[in-house]
Amino acid sequence: MNWQAIKAIYVFEMSRTFRTLAQSVISPVLSTVLYFVVFGAAIGGRIQSVEGIGYGAFIVPGLIMLTLLQQSVTNASFGIYFPKFIGTIYELLSAPMSFMEIVIGYVGAAASKAIMIALIIMATSTLFVDLDIRHPLWMIAFLLLTAVSFALLGFIIGIWAGSFEQLQLIPLLVITPLVFLGGAFYSVSMLPEFWQAVTKLNPVLYLISGFRWAFFGVADVPVGLSIAAVCTFLALCLGLIWLIFRTGWKIRP
Amino acid sequence: MAAIISVSALSKRYAKGPTALEGVSLDIEEGEILALLGPNGAGKTTLISAICGLVRPTSGTVTVAGHDIVTDYRAARALIGLVPQDISIEPFERVINTTRFSRGLFGKPRDDAHIERVLKALSLWDRRKARNMELSGGMKRRVLIAKALAHEPRILFLDEPTAGVDVSLRKDMWALVRRLRDDGVTIILTTHYIEEAEEMADRIGIMDKGRLLLVEEKARLMHQLGRKALCLFLQEPLDSLPPALAGHALKLGEGGRTLTFEYDTAAGRTGITRLLADLAAAGIAVRDLETRQSSLEQIFLNLLEEAA
Repeated sequence: MNWQAIKAIYVFEMSRTFRTLAQSVISPVLSTVLYFVVFGAAIGGRIQSVEGIGYGAFIVPGLIMLTLLQQSVTNASFGIYFPKFIGTIYELLSAPMSFMEIVIGYVGAAASKAIMIALIIMATSTLFVDLDIRHPLWMIAFLLLTAVSFALLGFIIGIWAGSFEQLQLIPLLVITPLVFLGGAFYSVSMLPEFWQAVTKLNPVLYLISGFRWAFFGVADVPVGLSIAAVCTFLALCLGLIWLIFRTGWKIRP
Repeated sequence: MAAIISVSALSKRYAKGPTALEGVSLDIEEGEILALLGPNGAGKTTLISAICGLVRPTSGTVTVAGHDIVTDYRAARALIGLVPQDISIEPFERVINTTRFSRGLFGKPRDDAHIERVLKALSLWDRRKARNMELSGGMKRRVLIAKALAHEPRILFLDEPTAGVDVSLRKDMWALVRRLRDDGVTIILTTHYIEEAEEMADRIGIMDKGRLLLVEEKARLMHQLGRKALCLFLQEPLDSLPPALAGHALKLGEGGRTLTFEYDTAAGRTGITRLLADLAAAGIAVRDLETRQSSLEQIFLNLLEEAA
């Protein structure tokens, strides 16, 4: 295992985060505050509570998930797309490192950054609502597993993308809608029965539900299903990555 | 000298498109400077890319210091530094960090003393804190070299190191390559510029259409394939070639004041003695003479014509 190489990539990627601290951290925090103002204060004031939880607190796990998914996907996809775009990927390919080591470096950095921002948002949210976390270890486990799985997905997107437009496509067209429709801001039980069934096809529902369970002990789907869903997704992404590297798809002709 | 890189029957075919490499076999000796010459699309870059791990060979094998580049890629690649043809460089990162990053990628622990040596040797030390995008083109190319040298490779690939580089910088680059060779680094460079190969290389490989047409020591190549031209400047101009000299392959220059005779230096008899004797017999007085060695450029063009 070429640990030096993993460390080099990780440090390099993280330094990019700190170099662009304003875009990297301030903008997600600002948009979260906006969500709180709009959903929590303006609309939440009329909703009172969902499943016995104040609406302001209820949306916190959904908000964190929204940012976590967006951040891990965009960080990882950009992280590997950029060297591909400017050509510096030659160095990764000529270095004595395996594809898995490249993935660990980029995905590790992307997931770290996403978790960092998730924690900042969590801290920001305590300014607005009282949070008490029922299952802190599970909360961290969900945070980690989700960040890593979606960073893997982002990595795959970064390898696949042939342009900056394509890079934005999946986060914008797939992930954001899935999060919004996955019960980030409402409980699925509030929907008519038919739409409840449809929502259960949305994989993101299981992530948000599990994450919310870790906070409040309340879930839309059994927590076991949530864990199974994250692990399945993780396995799926790992399998895809393995396939990409075996065939050298798009990077090593 | 032992071969440090052994390429054997290496081919690369793309699913769509032409064959990029066709059965290339080549031994690169430790400590030499090998120049790969050839027109655009000859396969020089593909050959380098295959050895360095950027491209997966369709068939054939390559070993680097005995390590197979596929089954034992870590050991093989750790010995190699690659300077690509295009200036691909992280624009926002600082020179010293990019160089450190490269060393890390190759599995070496941080060594600031070595990085300092490399940057100083490339006259980049003063600009170490500059962002890569602030550098001039020549400096960016030197940063690429610094990155390639950051992990102390034993072999350095330079893909068109002087493309688009001005004359004085090109001379600096040559001096640098010689210094590296003196330190024992094996250097493989590709170039368009024949003069560059002529100036630098110990051996020259000529590629065209994915094939390696020949690899030869530069001096021997020029000797073997070189033709010389003997130019005779005459006292009195001639209107036409006298019949007595018809047996010689002579060209009468403009104004009838010069005669040019081309001969093969490798041939047993060059025909010069007989020519001079015949000239004297015909009463043609020679004022001066000069001989010209044909350049590598001509050799190169001749080879390509023969191959076509």
